[in-house]
Amino acid sequence: MLHKKNLKGKFKMYKNFFRYLISAIFLLGFSVNSNADFKVGFVYVGPTGDHGWTFQHHEGRNAVEAAGIKTTFVESVPEGADAERVIRQLAQSGHDLIFTTSFGYMDPTNKVAKDFPNVKFEHATGYKREHSNVSTYSARFYEGRTLLGHIAGKMTKTNTIGYIASFPIPEVIRGINAMTLAAQKVNPNIKTKIVWVFTWYDPGKEAEAAQALIDQGADVIMQHTDSTAPVQTAEKAGVWSFGQASDMQRFAPKSILTSIIDDWAPYYVERAIAARDGTWNQQDTWHGLKEGMVAMGPYNSAMGADLVKEVEQLQKDLASGKVHSFTGPIYDQKGNILVAEGKVADDGMLAGMSVYVKGVEGDIPK
Amino acid sequence: MSLDISFIGILIGSIMASSVPLILAASGELITERSGVLNLGVEGMMIIGAISGFALMVITDNLFIAIVGSMLSGVIISLIFGFLTQSLLTNHVATGLALTIFGIGLSAMLGKNFVGIPGKEFPILFSSLRESIPFFGPILFGHSIVLYFAFALPFLTNYFLKKTKLGLVVRAVGDSPVSASNQGINVILVRYCCILYGGAMCGLAGAYLSLIYTPQWIENMTAGRGWIALALVVFATWSPIKVLIGALIFGGITILQLHMQAIGFRIPVQFLSALPYLMTIIVLVVISRDSRKIKLNTPTSLGRIFYKEK
Repeated sequence: MLHKKNLKGKFKMYKNFFRYLISAIFLLGFSVNSNADFKVGFVYVGPTGDHGWTFQHHEGRNAVEAAGIKTTFVESVPEGADAERVIRQLAQSGHDLIFTTSFGYMDPTNKVAKDFPNVKFEHATGYKREHSNVSTYSARFYEGRTLLGHIAGKMTKTNTIGYIASFPIPEVIRGINAMTLAAQKVNPNIKTKIVWVFTWYDPGKEAEAAQALIDQGADVIMQHTDSTAPVQTAEKAGVWSFGQASDMQRFAPKSILTSIIDDWAPYYVERAIAARDGTWNQQDTWHGLKEGMVAMGPYNSAMGADLVKEVEQLQKDLASGKVHSFTGPIYDQKGNILVAEGKVADDGMLAGMSVYVKGVEGDIPK
Repeated sequence: MSLDISFIGILIGSIMASSVPLILAASGELITERSGVLNLGVEGMMIIGAISGFALMVITDNLFIAIVGSMLSGVIISLIFGFLTQSLLTNHVATGLALTIFGIGLSAMLGKNFVGIPGKEFPILFSSLRESIPFFGPILFGHSIVLYFAFALPFLTNYFLKKTKLGLVVRAVGDSPVSASNQGINVILVRYCCILYGGAMCGLAGAYLSLIYTPQWIENMTAGRGWIALALVVFATWSPIKVLIGALIFGGITILQLHMQAIGFRIPVQFLSALPYLMTIIVLVVISRDSRKIKLNTPTSLGRIFYKEK
């Protein structure tokens, strides 16, 4: 008798439980599209603790979160098939705005955007906006590279600058060219040696590349990769280096002259709020020193007060537009003119840059 | 392009430094395989060694504890493999693969709080001699203790396998566990010991990366070096000295291709990147042509499950 009663009670309990479950599912289903549950997703190419590229995007995410908007992020997502799967998953799980923060996410982002017209996408450093719900944004890192080139040209004793490059895409080539042009301006004998590592993030390989460049006579090292390994290698070898994407000073306090810092936070907050309030529009953003999307880390006192002053002035002039990183005459490696005297390169040319300027050694890998 | 004699010395020095993790991991795996056990978990054990070493360095601030701890962590994780394959008689290949996947995942989880912390400088020996002697200075001096150990290891391993009774026991177990067992050798125990030793060496190889070579912790920082070590053992036909040669060639060409780029050789970069793999295989195949010797060195029952009746 007792047994039977228990069974009945149990059944009733389950019935109630299912009732709650079903109503909960309904509630959830309705709440996805409401304003209160507005969610922003981030896809990162490296770990949030790389203290470089991804770290800075994560800082931007933190700012969005601080503005009272819910966010999620997925880190260490390889560029390729995995990326599409992750982006699709974020879109499916009710995210209203998704930031994909690496160049290699360009095609996957556009592909997913096609299937989710109500979700907004923001792709960093790319140029494809195939659907009206895809925006692109990037920073004028080359302005920072111009400052680095100026410093490197003044600081080098061997007249050789070592450059660790990741992939042969316009953004990387633009950085190499901007740096070389600025260095040539202050030191006509400068040579830029380049090593391509074909990775954004492999500390062992980045360190080996830095060491190879140092062994080849480079006494200033800079990199377009994401880890702190190159600056640490430079510190060990006693040569100069620069932080990339984030202030890396504490990893190489003696060696780092300054860092190029990417500050995504204001842009991320602005775009997230726009998407939430329904004022989001497709656009292509390219901000630099002027808007603060590119900032410089503290200048090392080893540069000397005069050089620091000079560089600070140049930084101001770049920000105000008085000086442009790509001011003619600019020649390619063969000596053909790229930008005529007195002209500056337009954004279209900068965005598609695929040749080295004169003074850079070697070929661009295809 | 500077090709003076002192530069070549510096170059050889950095090649040696880059081949250390391969030598350590491959030498450890070689002993494991000579006892008839195929452990494909090298990459997993290395990455566990890398995070354990780095985490212990951060927590205790003591490099000695970090190094020993990384080896112990390699032992512990290889114990899982040993228990599964030797006591529960699971398939070596599948278990080894699982160990690698497990190791990579576990290390990423354990390492969450250790990302982005700068490493500590590892002491190097005879740094004054390195500067004062041209050519030989950068080759022989100014390295960490682990490097000297790594370069002695293949010779010690060779001596152990060929000249000691224990080495004979390991070889006997790898060639014919049944006969060895009939001779009164505890096959399972010998194999356990060889697996644990291999784990310790892989752990040390990982710690070399995270404590000495690029002093920091990063997810997946072994970046496939464990698989290269595994391949080295096979292509070196289970000879410790050839493992050393193979590791040096691989490390050498990896570094050289970066230098060739820096110098500005007009060779496609993609080809240069593939060169280390190609050259290592070609050289090892050429120096190991003697099929009689290969037969002598190959552990006949590699990867086969041994089960003692009764």
